[in-house]
Amino acid sequence: MISGADIMVKCLEAEGVDTVFGYPGATICPFYDSLYDNTNIKHILVRQEQNAAHAASGYARACSRPGVCVATSGPGATNLITGIATAYMDSIPMIAITGQVRSDLLGRDVFQEADITGACEPFTKHSYLVEKTEDLPRIFKEAFHIAKTGRPGPVLIDIPQDLQENEIESFEYPETVEIKGYKPNTNGHLVQIKRAVELIKSSKRPLIVAGGGVLSSGAKLKLQKFAEMTQIPVLSTMMGIGVMPSDHPLYLGMLGTHGRKSANSALHKADLTIVCGARLGDRAIAAPDQMGNKTKVIHIDIDPAEIGKNVKTTVPIVGDMNNVMKRLIENIDGYTIDSQWDEEVKDLKAHYQSKISTFDGYVEPRTLISKLSFMLKSKAILCADVGQNQIWCANNFRIREGRFLTTGGMGTMGYSVPAAIGAKMARKTRDVVVVCGDGSFQMSLNELSTIAQNNLNIKIIVMRNHRLGMVRELQDKCYKGRHSATILNDEPDFVALAKAYGIDSAEVSSNEEAEKFVKNIVESDKPFVLVCNVHPDTPSIL
Amino acid sequence: MKYTLSILVENQAGVLSKISGLFSRRSYNIDSLAVGVTTDPTVSRITVVANGDEYVVEQLEKQLNKLIPVIKVKRLIEGEFISRELSLIKVHSSSTKRFELLKIAELMNAKIVDVAASTVTFEYCETAEKTQILIDLLKPYGIREIVRTGTVAIDKGKAEVTA
Ligand SMILES: Cc1ncc(C[n+]2csc(CCOP(=O)(O)OP(=O)(O)O)c2C)c(N)n1
Ligand SMILES: [Mg+2]
Repeated sequence: MISGADIMVKCLEAEGVDTVFGYPGATICPFYDSLYDNTNIKHILVRQEQNAAHAASGYARACSRPGVCVATSGPGATNLITGIATAYMDSIPMIAITGQVRSDLLGRDVFQEADITGACEPFTKHSYLVEKTEDLPRIFKEAFHIAKTGRPGPVLIDIPQDLQENEIESFEYPETVEIKGYKPNTNGHLVQIKRAVELIKSSKRPLIVAGGGVLSSGAKLKLQKFAEMTQIPVLSTMMGIGVMPSDHPLYLGMLGTHGRKSANSALHKADLTIVCGARLGDRAIAAPDQMGNKTKVIHIDIDPAEIGKNVKTTVPIVGDMNNVMKRLIENIDGYTIDSQWDEEVKDLKAHYQSKISTFDGYVEPRTLISKLSFMLKSKAILCADVGQNQIWCANNFRIREGRFLTTGGMGTMGYSVPAAIGAKMARKTRDVVVVCGDGSFQMSLNELSTIAQNNLNIKIIVMRNHRLGMVRELQDKCYKGRHSATILNDEPDFVALAKAYGIDSAEVSSNEEAEKFVKNIVESDKPFVLVCNVHPDTPSIL
Repeated sequence: MKYTLSILVENQAGVLSKISGLFSRRSYNIDSLAVGVTTDPTVSRITVVANGDEYVVEQLEKQLNKLIPVIKVKRLIEGEFISRELSLIKVHSSSTKRFELLKIAELMNAKIVDVAASTVTFEYCETAEKTQILIDLLKPYGIREIVRTGTVAIDKGKAEVTA
């Protein structure tokens, strides 16, 4: 005989899960009890459930396998919601496991009952409220399959306590999945690919816009190869940063409201835009619905619902970026862009070379982030939070072979620290660095405790401007400079705070000082919090 | 533009709320929605009649297809399907008006299923448009209550909606 809880653990093992992030409570206790003597799965106890989900997201992005988070029913489950919603908007494969009240009590509003599958309906790719212990293996198999195939996303499994306790005859993990209504089309229609090739060949000023889908499908190197073969310049969305090395001659940077001028202006001049694994939300292109009027669009995405949703499309291709890129490469035979377009793009890049103004007695964050890139190993993972700090990172971190993790879809403050915990658990030998704002740091600084407990080598750089900087900037622009609720004066002493958690820390007020610290701390295998005083008037972009 | 969708779904808990949630979340308006099981007891068929332009319908079809329990979505083509809706309409009727109401029933091919001292109840199985005509005809007499099932629809000829 085997209990439901033991089955849950065995299912996770069968899926090759080595780490889960969670927080216990009464209704998930049977599962935690089964986990107790398990040696294959490490549980990381976070300090708030939202961070378990963010950590699972960081883990998933760093190693391209679904991240797993666990919480108890009621408040534990509802605390997960922001994390699940963030993973949904960012298309991250994730399994969220929640305990639920006993199945015979469901619907009676008993202690810590919450309809979590109902509450998460709009932000889960799918969810299960388990009805029988016997169903667990099939449900886990399906959940992992759904989370990681097609357009990745979070899947929630809600399991009443009694079903974790019940024992059944035996455990067998299914080998295959059969879901009638779920058969993602991954190949890309050959006719459409041929049409796309013709369109590319007949274009004068083509451009590639790469999004997060290129990274999640693992098609980064193929896209680079395609760009190099054809010499088509590449822009990325926020989620697509890292698709091209930042200093690649064909890369123009991030587009959008907070992107590079050269990138946006190239987009305006293009006569063909090849959109790869990006939904092009309103932050990427101010008026995406008008884009199709000016340029022809080839839109490649695994999710058919994205095509034609925001941008008018000339040639739609539904498929996995890997397959589609491979076929584009095979079919493009020798096409390269016009030298005139090449020159125009190079001019744009040179024209908008930025000159950064500095403030004496403060750290200039953009210069620091750019320098930081080269002090880290080439495969470093940078986790940026939300706000000005995120924009500084997006535009100035010189990515080589590493990753840039931020929440571009949801923009959830407090993402970076827990995401770094997940990324570190997935990639222990890589440099993992957080850059966050003083506001966002305070949304998840409780996780310093998790970092200390597990001695995770994560370096945290807090850009302290005593402001909710990005909102303040918006108030300057649109609300006559009325800084309503965006001033963070009388902040705690972050250095003392980090030390209270047992994490070494220092505060700096110039780039020289900051760089000196960075040089030292990247050598150590201990966590560190570096607090950088940044002038409140330092803008997001130039 | 009015359109009719036939949706095959896995017959599991919560499917209907997933579908209706999708409509409300993306602010698509539903005129009617009807559900029932198919020849395969694990599969239900939902007929949705809704309003929206081409962009909305296309988005809706795609978003519906993304729901895991949705097996198939088909937009029925105007003129190529039969649709019916069952209505029960209770009308105020003094003895002097009863004969007129009987005449209307005859004219419209509606059934009278209940007659009482002050009411007459019609049963009508027709398209939504014809049902509206009947309702308009009955309005002057004073409609007490209407119950409608929502439209169900099926392709003409050998076309079908299968998984
Ligand atoms: C959870 C959450 N709440 C509110 C916001 C709105 N918001 C976006 S940026 C920002 C300010 C962030 O301040 P800070 O972390 O100090 O970063 P800075 O912009 O100063 O670099 C706020 C409040 C958000 N994105 N997420
Ligand atoms: Mg700040």
